[in-house]
Amino acid sequence: MNSTAARGRAGVIGFIVAETSLFAVFVVAYLFYIGKSATGPYPREVLDLPLVGTVCLLSSSITVARATRALAAGRIARTGAWLLVTVVLGLAFLASTAQEWRGLIVGRGLTIGTNLFGSTFYPLVGLHASHVIVGLVMLSLCAAFAWSGALKTVHADRVELVSWYWHFVDGVWIVVFTVVYVVGR
Amino acid sequence: MTPVQTPSIFAPVSTPAFAIRELSFFVLGLTAVIFVIVAGFAIYTLIRFGRRPANPDLEPAQVYGSKQIELAWTVVPFLIVVVLFLVTARYVWGIERRAQPPDALEITLVGNQWWWEVRYPKLGIVTANEIHVPVSDASTPALTFITLQSVDVAHSFWVPQLAGKMDVIPNKTNRVWIEPRRVGTYVGQCAEYCGLQHALMLLVVVVHPKDEFQAWVAAQQTPPAEQGTVTAGRQLFSSLACINCHTVRGTRSNGVFGPDLTHLMSRSTLGAGAARNTPENLRAWVKDPGAFKTGALMPAMKLDDTQLDQLVAYLVTLR
Amino acid sequence: MSSVPTAVPAPHDIAPASESSGVLATLHEWVVTVDHKRLGVMYVVTGLVFLVIGGLEATLMRLQLTLPGLTFVPAETFNRLFTLHGTTMVFLVGIPIIFGFGNYLVPLMIGARDLAFPRLNAFGFWVLLFGGVLLYFSFIGGDGLYGAGSAPAVGWFAYAPLSERAFTPGNATDYWNLSILITGFGTVATAINLIATIATMRAPGMTLGRMPIYVWTMLTVSAMTLLILPPLSAAQIMLLLDRFLGAHYFDTQAGGSAIIWQHFFWFFGHPEVYVLMVPGFGFVSEIIPVFSRKVIFGYASLVAATVAIGAVSFSTWAHHMFTVGMGGTLNSFFAASTMLVAVPTGVKIFNWLGTLYGGKLRFRTPLLFCCAFLFQFLCAGLTGIMLAVAPFDWQLTDSYFVVAHFHFVLVGALLFTIFAALYYWFPKVTGRMLSERLGRWHFWLFVIGFNVTFLTMHIPGFLGMPRRIYTYPADRGWDLLNLVTTAGVPLQAVAVLIFAFNLVYSLRHGEVAGDNPWEAWTLEWATSSPPPAYNFATLPGVTSRRPLWDVQHPDDPDGPHE
Repeated sequence: MNSTAARGRAGVIGFIVAETSLFAVFVVAYLFYIGKSATGPYPREVLDLPLVGTVCLLSSSITVARATRALAAGRIARTGAWLLVTVVLGLAFLASTAQEWRGLIVGRGLTIGTNLFGSTFYPLVGLHASHVIVGLVMLSLCAAFAWSGALKTVHADRVELVSWYWHFVDGVWIVVFTVVYVVGR
Repeated sequence: MTPVQTPSIFAPVSTPAFAIRELSFFVLGLTAVIFVIVAGFAIYTLIRFGRRPANPDLEPAQVYGSKQIELAWTVVPFLIVVVLFLVTARYVWGIERRAQPPDALEITLVGNQWWWEVRYPKLGIVTANEIHVPVSDASTPALTFITLQSVDVAHSFWVPQLAGKMDVIPNKTNRVWIEPRRVGTYVGQCAEYCGLQHALMLLVVVVHPKDEFQAWVAAQQTPPAEQGTVTAGRQLFSSLACINCHTVRGTRSNGVFGPDLTHLMSRSTLGAGAARNTPENLRAWVKDPGAFKTGALMPAMKLDDTQLDQLVAYLVTLR
Repeated sequence: MSSVPTAVPAPHDIAPASESSGVLATLHEWVVTVDHKRLGVMYVVTGLVFLVIGGLEATLMRLQLTLPGLTFVPAETFNRLFTLHGTTMVFLVGIPIIFGFGNYLVPLMIGARDLAFPRLNAFGFWVLLFGGVLLYFSFIGGDGLYGAGSAPAVGWFAYAPLSERAFTPGNATDYWNLSILITGFGTVATAINLIATIATMRAPGMTLGRMPIYVWTMLTVSAMTLLILPPLSAAQIMLLLDRFLGAHYFDTQAGGSAIIWQHFFWFFGHPEVYVLMVPGFGFVSEIIPVFSRKVIFGYASLVAATVAIGAVSFSTWAHHMFTVGMGGTLNSFFAASTMLVAVPTGVKIFNWLGTLYGGKLRFRTPLLFCCAFLFQFLCAGLTGIMLAVAPFDWQLTDSYFVVAHFHFVLVGALLFTIFAALYYWFPKVTGRMLSERLGRWHFWLFVIGFNVTFLTMHIPGFLGMPRRIYTYPADRGWDLLNLVTTAGVPLQAVAVLIFAFNLVYSLRHGEVAGDNPWEAWTLEWATSSPPPAYNFATLPGVTSRRPLWDVQHPDDPDGPHE
């Protein structure tokens, strides 16, 4: 099993394990500080379930899987299309996060320094959002290569690895959503 | 100042420290036996098989392992660990679970950078860097329960002859108890790095016979009599920034950032062990605390010689 | 199955050439290299340079503590010295040397051409070097506009809230934070690289069960690294957020917790010391068999013990926190887990003794250091047991006893195994032997000096001397002990100088080594010394854990015995 693909898979799995460990600590810190803020605003008062963003992000896992399958089957144009849809869905998620933050900061006066809720909310959600951004950059590059004709079936393994990263990012969101918007409220 | 003895963990005078020493003898004994056996076997092996071999080019018998031996030397250490754990747990609970008797002395020790505030809430006493407690004996046990708080960073309370360490952490309240069974003076110091002068955050615990302790309490509870000869110094003290940080009970001074000075001269050191408490050192300290303890949070007050003389003359009346 | 190699290109001579244009060209080669062997050498050399720097820091501290009341090193400077000493030794000496050896040896031992991701490998090294330079840059840049510059003084574990801006203004702490964060990324990258290499690039016939124990140790610690370094990074990011954006993760004045920093730090910190030590166990597992002329005793249980240590070490972290007031239940749990991890650790000692027993011992320098390691590590493990007993720890922690304990682990055990490894593999890397005579001088001076310093050091701990103090009072009975402790320092310093001289001298004048000077049996000895850039022209077939034994003993190969 000495192939480049095997190496790549092992590498990305290792990377995802490390990233999981990173997120886990921010999640633990968030859980630890639930209910400990001395002053408001409190989660219950200011957080609404980000349903639209979540649906967009989670469906983008389906679309990126479609893209990978299309590339393996040699259908480059279709791959490009699915990748584009994935990026759009990811951007929609980011937009909803941006809107939420604007409301919290400007509307409710909740900043990172306001209280323990603010201190732990923004870094956790922000860390996830930054990973979404990196993922979108990679997916956009893949889409651009699909469009330009540089992307070929032989690259299917590598695009699959990008999709694994994307699935990871989505998986993290499920945890963050549960901890912040369900448990923490 | 009473001579200091080495604060050895093997010279306990208080119940928790006695318990820890007892436990330590068991552990030291056990580890010594393990060391002798393993090191002994190692030395034997190195000597026996290190001798020049008769036939150096012939490889020795290749022994790949032995299931029985490997099992044995895994199971036996595991059993030792089980025993050790059970013994440990017993002492952990024995010390941590000690209930506070209703007549226990209560002290609140507040860690500051770089000194200790010592409060006796039920007795109305506040002092610094020295803890005074009564001795305990079998007929009339006298335990002291110390509540530990910090106003700034993490410190640690450690007087080896009295008890194991307990950290003094901001935003957390810890408790430790002592039961000294011998009269004397016992030293310790902060045991958690707390910044620049961590090394000079010493602590003294004075254990008194019961009646002597009552006398000390009474003296501490009484503010020192105002003396006419030091009016100048007293006025200087009240009018300068001294009162912003220091309290002298019975006067207007009620600052809380620095040590309570009501009975300043009853303490043996200045600056939590930075210098002996003598009038000369006191004068030098007030002139420039940084000379004894760089970075001490008390600023140099930039007083001239006359002011210093007057002030110190007043301070030495605070017995 | 072995075959005669066809025409083999001459291996690179790794000593720099003498003409000036040659020097520049050689420098360029090294700077752009992605060859695991070169990067391995660069890692180890960097680690050794920082070892000397860290040693100088320690020497200054010991000089001050020789007598009570000395303050020629001001308090602030002393506090910076112990902060940098600890940080340097763990992150800029231990990690680089451990992963540097892994870099060099793992592909050779598994019969691979290079690591899985050579460019990522180079990235890891340069990021480490940058982080190290950044940390030391703090001496100049530390206080920013406010002062002349200063290094961090918060201790290598930077407890909160001392590390918060309220108590430590200026940028010195931020240099600590950022430099370790950056080197951490490099370490994670290297760990990923090693795992991918070991998982996918082993030579045909080399099953996991036939890998050298050393490779198992690198696999284990790489996996551990993936799980523990990110938590440290997370905590450091949180500290950065506190210090720069006004967050309150560890801000006790605003309701934050000082304890949670400790939990995060030690969740990293305890497994980290196993990450440092376990490859040392790997070195010993390779060296002892060769110098006993016997196969390792109990390969399977050694592997199991390695993995068990790795796993159980994750459950022990709060034994660094027995005094924070966690309560009896947690104190008992962590005491139990800490005692438990001693079992597989002890088992390893027995396996090594079992290998020596019945062998024909050749007391060359690598074995000398391994023998000293056995005794030092036995002591270190037993003092570790003492510290695992929570109430005993309540007296011993934060005192010179625990300082002595962990120096026994990191110097007496780890550094000794590193010395052994350097003497053992230097011939492979350079094609020349290190001087045995100088090696013996190095060995004896260091062993004596080390024990004079660190064996003695346990006692002030018993007598109540806390750690991290820039001076101590004269009336506590610690004076003579501190004097003796310092007396061991010059011996160790001279030993290291002799070693440094040995390294440099032997590069040019050492006896030529040949492929397999120690008559060892693992794959790295099946190629030239130094190996060619591509490592192996041909590989012997891998039919057991000791491929070269099988080649030399076709009548009695290892396979059926395993």
